[in-house]
Amino acid sequence: MSEASAFSARELAATASVGPSRRHFVRRHPSLVAGAAILAIFVALALAAPYLPGDPLTMTPARRLSPPGSGFLLGTDALGRDVLARTIHGARVSLLVGFSVAAFSVLVGLAIGLFAGSIRKADAPLMRLMDALMAIPAILLAIALVSLTRASVTTVVIAITIPEVPRVVRLVRSVVLGVREQPFVEAAIAGGARLPKIILRHILPSTIPPLIVQATYICASAILVEASLSFLGAGSPPEIPSWGNMIASSRLYLARAPWTIFAPGIALALVVLAVNLVGDGLRDRLDPRLARRM
Amino acid sequence: MIAYVARRLASLVVVMALVGVCVFLLLHLAPGDPAAIIAGDNATPEQIAGIRTKLGLDEALPIQFLRWSTSVLSGDLGVSIFSNTPVTTLIGQRLEPTLSLALATLAFAVPVALVLGVLAAWRAGSSIDRASMIVAVTGFSAPAFVVGYLMIYVFAVTLRWFPVQGYTPFGENIADWARHLVLPALTLGLAYVALIARITRATMLEVLAEDYIRTAKAKGVATGPMLLKHALKNAGVPIITVIGIGVALLIGGVVITETVYNLPGVGRLVVDAISKRDYPIIQGVILVFSAVYVVINLVVDLSYTLIDPRIRY
Repeated sequence: MSEASAFSARELAATASVGPSRRHFVRRHPSLVAGAAILAIFVALALAAPYLPGDPLTMTPARRLSPPGSGFLLGTDALGRDVLARTIHGARVSLLVGFSVAAFSVLVGLAIGLFAGSIRKADAPLMRLMDALMAIPAILLAIALVSLTRASVTTVVIAITIPEVPRVVRLVRSVVLGVREQPFVEAAIAGGARLPKIILRHILPSTIPPLIVQATYICASAILVEASLSFLGAGSPPEIPSWGNMIASSRLYLARAPWTIFAPGIALALVVLAVNLVGDGLRDRLDPRLARRM
Repeated sequence: MIAYVARRLASLVVVMALVGVCVFLLLHLAPGDPAAIIAGDNATPEQIAGIRTKLGLDEALPIQFLRWSTSVLSGDLGVSIFSNTPVTTLIGQRLEPTLSLALATLAFAVPVALVLGVLAAWRAGSSIDRASMIVAVTGFSAPAFVVGYLMIYVFAVTLRWFPVQGYTPFGENIADWARHLVLPALTLGLAYVALIARITRATMLEVLAEDYIRTAKAKGVATGPMLLKHALKNAGVPIITVIGIGVALLIGGVVITETVYNLPGVGRLVVDAISKRDYPIIQGVILVFSAVYVVINLVVDLSYTLIDPRIRY
C-alpha cells in the first residue's frame, strides 16, 4: 500500500515537472499526437492478439451471422467466426506489411537514389527505368506478381514494395541534386574527400528528414494496397485473417450482416488515417517548407 | 514547340518500351516455374507443357522477347489461356463500362474538387476550409471498397435510391445507365477529389497572396471573376499536373470499384483473371493501362501552353 502510494506520488511529481511542455507539444502537434495514439492502440492490440481471449479461426456454425453483442462483441461472420478476434488479428498482417514495405522501399530507394544523384552517367537511364515503373499501376503490378507466385505475405510485401521504390528514388535524387551544389559539399570535394565518404557523411544526412515523412506515407499506402489486394483475391492467403480477406469473404452478406464488412473496414480506415496523421505531423515538424505548400 | 513534342514523344516511346521489358521480365524472373503455377496444383505434366508452349516459355529468352515485342507492337496482346480469345478482343468487349465509369468520375470529381479547393483557399481557416480538409483526409484514408460498401448499404440497400450493383449499356437505356454509375463514380472519385482539392487549395493560397490579386481587388473586380479569372487561371499548371498524375489513382481504383459494384469492365476482367491465373490478360491490361497513363500525362504537359501562354516549348 505504502509502496503503491509512493510510486504514484513520484509519478505525480514527474508529470507535474514535464506537464506544461507536454501539453504544449500536444497543442502544437495535434495530428501527430492523435495519429500516434491511435496507431499505438492498434500496435498494442496486434502484439497482444495471441494472448487475448477469442480465436479468429474457431467456427461456431450454429451461431453464424450473429449480430454484435450476442456473446460476440462484434458478432460473427458467415462461418460463425468471431469478428472481433479476426479484426484484432487482421491488424497483425496490415501493420506487418505496412512497416516492412516502408522499410524496404526506403532502403532500396535510398541506395538507388544516392547512386543516381551522385553518378551522372547512371542518372538518365535509371530515371527512365523509374518512370516506366511509375507508369505501371501499382495494384496491377502487384496482381501480376502475385498471380505468378504462390500467395504468401512475403510475395505481397515484395509486390507492393516494387512500385513504391521509384517514388523514394525521385525524392532522394532531388535532395542529392540540391545538396550537391552546396558550399559544404564543394569544400569536402576540394578537401580531397572520396566519393563514398562525401555521399555518406555529407549528402545522406540531408535525405533523412524527408525520407522519414515519405516512409509514413508509404506505410499508409501499403496498408491500403495490401487490403485491396486481399479483397481482390490477390493478397494474403485466404486462411490468414486479414482485413481485405474478411471483407472479400463477407461481400454477399452486406445487407444481412453489415458488421462483417464494416468492422474490418473501419479498423482499416482508422489505421490508415492514423498513419497519415503521423505523416502530416512529422512533415510539419521536419519539413516546414513542404508543410506550407500543402 | 514541334521539337519539344518530338522529344516528348521519343521519351514516351522509351518509357513504354521499358514498361514492356518490365512486364515481360516479370513473367520470367518470378521464382519457380510460372507455367506450373499458372496451371495450378492439380495440373498434369501435359497441361503444364501446354501452357509453357502457349506462353512461348520453351524458347531462349531473347527470341521470346523478340517474338513477344513484335506481336505487341502489331497490336496483338496474346491469347487468353482459358477462353482462347485474343486479349485485345476481351479488352474491347469490356471497354464501355470502364470508359463510362472513368468519364462519369472525371465529370463530377474535377469540378467538385476545384470548387472545394478554391473556396477553402479563399476562406482559409474557416469552416469551409476545415470541411474540405476533412473530405481530403477521409478521401486519402478510406479504402475505396469500404466506401463503396458503405454507399451501397446506405443509398441502395437502406434508402433504395440507386440500384445495388450491375450495369446497363448506354445504348440500351440512358437513364438506367446513369443510375448505375452514380454510386461507383462517387466511390472512385473520393480519393481523386481529395488529391485535387488539396493541391488547388495550396496553389490558390500562394496565388492569392500575389500583388496582382491585391490590385484586382483594389480596382473593384468582383469576387467571382477575381477568384476564377485572376487567381485560378494562374494556379492552373500545378493543378492540371496533379489531375494527370491522379489518373494513376483512378486506374487502380477502377479495378476495385468495378469489383464492388459488379461492373463488367476491364478492371473486372483482370480480377477474374487472378483466380484463373490467366497471365496474358493481366499482362495485356497492364500494358494498355500504362499506355493510357503515359499518354494522358503527355497531353497534360502539352496543355500547359494553353493555360499559360508564358510557357513556350
